Amino acid sequence: MSARTLPLLFLNLGGEMLYILDQRLRAQSIPGEKARKDEWTDVDRKRVMNDIISTMFNRKFMEELFKPQELYSKKALRTVYDRLAHASIMRLNQASMDKLYDLMTMAFKYQVLLCPRPRDILLVTFNHLDAIKDFIYESPAILNQVDETFRQLIETYNCLPDGEFQLIRQTLLIFFQDMHIRVSIFLKDKVQNSNGRFVLPISGPVPWGTEVPGLIRIFNHKGVEVKRTEFTTAGNYVTPQREGSFELYGDRVLKLGTNMYSVSRPVETHMAGSSKNLASRAKENTVPNPLAKEELNFLARLLGGLDIQKPAGGETGFRLNLFTTDEEEEHAAQTRPEDLSYKVINIEATQEPGRRAELSRILGELEVAEPRPGSAEKGEDLLALMDGL
Amino acid sequence: MAAAGTGYRRERALALRNSSSALYNNLAVLCPPARPPRAFGAVHGTTLSLLGPEGPPRQLPARGGGSALSTPLLTQAAWCELPARVLLVLTSQRGVQMYEADGSTLVFWHALDVPEHPAVFLEIRPCRGCVGKQGRVPTEPLRALPAPLRTIRQHFGSCVSSSRGLRGSPGARGSARARPEPSLSQEAAGDLVTADDSGTLCLWSTGEEFTLLGKIPGSGCTCSSVTLWNGIVAAGYGNGQIRLWEAGTGQLRAQVSAHARWIYALDLAPLTGKLLSGAEDSFVHVWKLSRDPDTDDVEIQHCHAECVTDTQVCGARFCDPAGDTFAVTGYDLSEILCYGPA
Repeated sequence: MSARTLPLLFLNLGGEMLYILDQRLRAQSIPGEKARKDEWTDVDRKRVMNDIISTMFNRKFMEELFKPQELYSKKALRTVYDRLAHASIMRLNQASMDKLYDLMTMAFKYQVLLCPRPRDILLVTFNHLDAIKDFIYESPAILNQVDETFRQLIETYNCLPDGEFQLIRQTLLIFFQDMHIRVSIFLKDKVQNSNGRFVLPISGPVPWGTEVPGLIRIFNHKGVEVKRTEFTTAGNYVTPQREGSFELYGDRVLKLGTNMYSVSRPVETHMAGSSKNLASRAKENTVPNPLAKEELNFLARLLGGLDIQKPAGGETGFRLNLFTTDEEEEHAAQTRPEDLSYKVINIEATQEPGRRAELSRILGELEVAEPRPGSAEKGEDLLALMDGL
Repeated sequence: MAAAGTGYRRERALALRNSSSALYNNLAVLCPPARPPRAFGAVHGTTLSLLGPEGPPRQLPARGGGSALSTPLLTQAAWCELPARVLLVLTSQRGVQMYEADGSTLVFWHALDVPEHPAVFLEIRPCRGCVGKQGRVPTEPLRALPAPLRTIRQHFGSCVSSSRGLRGSPGARGSARARPEPSLSQEAAGDLVTADDSGTLCLWSTGEEFTLLGKIPGSGCTCSSVTLWNGIVAAGYGNGQIRLWEAGTGQLRAQVSAHARWIYALDLAPLTGKLLSGAEDSFVHVWKLSRDPDTDDVEIQHCHAECVTDTQVCGARFCDPAGDTFAVTGYDLSEILCYGPA
């Protein structure tokens, strides 16, 4: 499978995460003067977005990301987003983080599935980046970082042939296989069925470069066209008007990857009902993970590149709730099906003392940079990781 | 709808243990002649979902390359009907594995030397074995095999040793199809066709060595599935087109705007020349190929269309040599859908 999939996966999931966080922060924000000490203001929101985006696009991190490598598991990747989401003064409980990750992954799964051409995954990525640039347009330094990554994407991917993009798409689809979490915004818009599967329309514009189905052309042995016939099917397709732009700036045409959340539409997820698919995934979760060592190395390299800034002294962290009330969040944490929980990776004790020391050091460095007092869960997560070494 | 043959209707759905992955030609069917299909297989990540004639659905895992490496992803599976026995062959990122037809015993395993270029496409027909590689080809000698398997190794060995010629454009993938040709035209006794990401088709004659007979240059559009019938190459492309080419001369004989999305599977019923195509657009089409022996006219007619609602089809196979029945599976679908005469 493709070794060039990770940057696209990471950036698109990151983009969805930012859409959701932005929506929740706006929904929960209070006008500056009226805010109490523990409530969000608009200034806080912008600051959180700036912090997360600048952490995400830092050069060292991007360098690691763009190296050709295999995709790691959903669990391993989630650890990275966990760190990213906590790159600022905001913190999330486990249940909110779970919900955030569910929404992110289902949204990108939808976009990958519905991409007309495999190459259009790049347009989806550009849509996310365009929106990210809008979030931080007031900060030229961060804008520069994002543009750098944009250029690197163009350089790495624009020249790839379609077959290679299809391989990337197939690699992504393996990552998303068997995920059928129902998202309320998708259910309402009728893009997802009540069984968690996405609606695949059989009408609308065909992909750029494809003809509307129906024509059969016959040629003789000299290559001269001698006959034309037509056939009809239930599909109702039309020719597309124009192709999206793959440049740094331009009209992407494709709507997939643009921000579908708005303040007035709270987004809920529902765990899919028990199905036989879950049986095989539960098995995957309980079997000791032979990849653990590789995944830990990957995380150490990737997280080592994350440059988490410590804010000015004396600030306490703000908690963001992805649910409407604290009670709902608590309830979600208790009722999440066992086989759908994103547990911390079970790490086998590594036998190499040198490697262990190195990893402890990297993780230790990250710990020191943590800005949050009183963030018991995050500390526990890291300790659990380190306990396993 | 132009009706050039019988219609079909959905007969039943068979449950698999796992859902199917989005891979080209991801449905293997074992259908001995004159019997109902005996077994089905569809790849799910690192395992093969197997459904036999009796018993519950099972899983067959890919073999890893060592404890430090992750379990490799499977790329394709097919049943190979050799003269003496039937083998189930799996290709993965790490190599090729061959099992007894019911998946019970591993009889042969060939590890590829270059891990970045996994074995990806596979088509095995009576008397011939062909496994291709993404980009490069293996050059290491095969392992020693016990005597009963020597016949297989001979065929497989001839494929591996000369598969240097099976390389398409660098980093290319695609599919291969070989068919025993009862009536070969004089100039091109080709019985194997391969295709790659650039759309280039290569025609080979198989024997002790593989000989390249001819090439049909691609136009940059990936050919994901290809089949050979009566001197005609039928190829399915990423832009949803099916094209028919004259195997001997490389002349384009027909072009069909068949699907609205990337074609994932093609299959052919040798007795009647029926062609089955499945694509990401949720449609499966049955076509009828014909060739007039006197005028040498090549024809393709549309017979039937099926829409598998909300599913991107990744595997479609006829279940009998006349093409009266076929089976379909799709990405994220934990079922094999079977269709029969209406």
